[in-house]
Amino acid sequence: MAEFEPVLLANIHKTDSHTLPVYQAAGGYAALKKVLAGMSPVDVVELVKASGLRGRGGAGFPCGLKWSFLPKDHPGPIYMCVNADESEPATFNNRILMELDPHHVIEGIIIGCFATRASTAYVYVRYEYPTAFQRLQQAIDECYASGFLGKNIQGSPFSLDIFMHRGAAAYICGEETGLIESLEGKRAWPRIKPPFPAIEGAFRKPTVVNNIETMANVPHIVNRGADWFKSMGIPSTGPKDPGSYGPKLYCISGHVNKPGCYEMPLGITCRELIDRYGGGVWKGRKGKAAIPGGLSMGLFTEKEFDTPLDFAVPGKVGCLGLGTAAVTVMDETYSMIDYLHNACRFFAHESCGQCTPCREGTSWSERILTRIKHGKGRLKDLDILLSIAGAIGIIPGTTICGLADGAAWPIKNAINKFRGEFEDHIKRTNPTGYAQEEPAEALQLVELVH
Amino acid sequence: MPAPPTTATPVLTPAMRAEIEAFIPRYPTKQAVTLPALHVVNEHLRCVPMEAIPEIASILELAPAQVYDTLSFYGFFKPSPCGKVRAWVCRSISCALRGGEEVLSALSDKLGVKAGQTTADGKVTLEFGECLGLCDFSPAMLAGTKVYKNMSVEQVDEVAALLKEQADQHG
Repeated sequence: MAEFEPVLLANIHKTDSHTLPVYQAAGGYAALKKVLAGMSPVDVVELVKASGLRGRGGAGFPCGLKWSFLPKDHPGPIYMCVNADESEPATFNNRILMELDPHHVIEGIIIGCFATRASTAYVYVRYEYPTAFQRLQQAIDECYASGFLGKNIQGSPFSLDIFMHRGAAAYICGEETGLIESLEGKRAWPRIKPPFPAIEGAFRKPTVVNNIETMANVPHIVNRGADWFKSMGIPSTGPKDPGSYGPKLYCISGHVNKPGCYEMPLGITCRELIDRYGGGVWKGRKGKAAIPGGLSMGLFTEKEFDTPLDFAVPGKVGCLGLGTAAVTVMDETYSMIDYLHNACRFFAHESCGQCTPCREGTSWSERILTRIKHGKGRLKDLDILLSIAGAIGIIPGTTICGLADGAAWPIKNAINKFRGEFEDHIKRTNPTGYAQEEPAEALQLVELVH
Repeated sequence: MPAPPTTATPVLTPAMRAEIEAFIPRYPTKQAVTLPALHVVNEHLRCVPMEAIPEIASILELAPAQVYDTLSFYGFFKPSPCGKVRAWVCRSISCALRGGEEVLSALSDKLGVKAGQTTADGKVTLEFGECLGLCDFSPAMLAGTKVYKNMSVEQVDEVAALLKEQADQHG
């Protein structure tokens, strides 16, 4: 493979990287001009399809294929919703793109809207990203002033409006139909699919929902071609595997020396990410476990650190998938009980409450973990946790969206991969009650400050 | 929800109404302006009082219950005013691994409030945040639009003072 040249983060270190002149000086908006000058929407969809670009938001659905699901010859309007509700714990790559290179993102959105014939795009940004929101709005204003947005962009027949829409601190708004409901002014309860958003999405019209990083790849595919994109990453291994192509923004955080966001071809191993980019495990310690791609994806043991972080392989070591490719490292001193308590508390807090298995299952898990953490655990609790984890989510077919699968995976991986540690903790902290079989007494738990 | 008093002064000022109405052309339905409208009121009043709900509903041609339903989904909008600065200390995994929960606890002690409460002087509302997307700077805190990076328990006296200063600047 040729020397890897970063493209997604190529601009971020420049002075005033967020402004239009700096973006244009680096060749910005050339891809849009190329599209407007000589490509049809179908050409762009086919190009993106040929590139093998898969969605970077977590699910990894092929982007061009998603675009091709929109009804042909629809009278419109068609909407694009850009998912900038980046809330998956440990993930911050979208924030970096939006804060430091907003025009890059916007050029991708404009080309995406051209390809899908969308006339309006809504960028749904989480409340916690005020700088990203302000930078994107500023970039949009510059685009209107320079003829990159509005009526007849650059003199072409194509017109587009982009509006910013601000979230209100709810993780579920990152689920595409939760996002749509929230955009429509309702509680962000995910919708039953089908109909998929491509057929009936925002305001009951055909809608594509794409992630920020996915959109940032599009101008480069237009400029450099599908073959360039496919020259990076892990090729498809068969008809059921769409492959893992192109550059990816990997986040690394937790117990490493240099937390950050690094661009690499898809398929780098977790260990290489930790050692080569994250500066190794901090304080000279050894790694114990790592979250492979955002909290929902589960857990690698240290032995699994050699797993390539592509769309296919994390699933083969029991994780849910690549997710957002945000790795969080835990060192040898860290307790898996604390990890799982943190994970269960997060999902209990963020379950939207629509589906009973998720609403009850996540809060029940949190209560059990709180009890275990504070020395009131029973060995039986581990099996109860596994039975909850096995019963909630899209995979067992009991919930509308995948939040509960994301809540289940940390439980499954932590207990199955670190069962000895859980058992030892329970026996050590509850020597008189660990073997108790009867239902646990409803405890007045420690008074939690937070 | 109590019926709004008919003779009372409206909660929404003409400026707030104008800001809300400016969002209407952006969306095909008025209901889509619900979240922007809640944000407008919240920015001005540091809360969304119950009395504002029928007024928002009337601008957006909705039942007050529809607005309340949306509002109540998000824990973000509070019925009575928050402090001049709202500070969210992240408690999610990447920050927790580097001492985020200890920072929250120490800051809570220093400010004399629990997460979710406002200091007696009305300056700071301390809250926990779920992953703020600042994991490259953990433990992190978002206060208003300002980010506090790589915090430590040793710094909480200084951080508490900075928060109060930030509140004073907000007037």
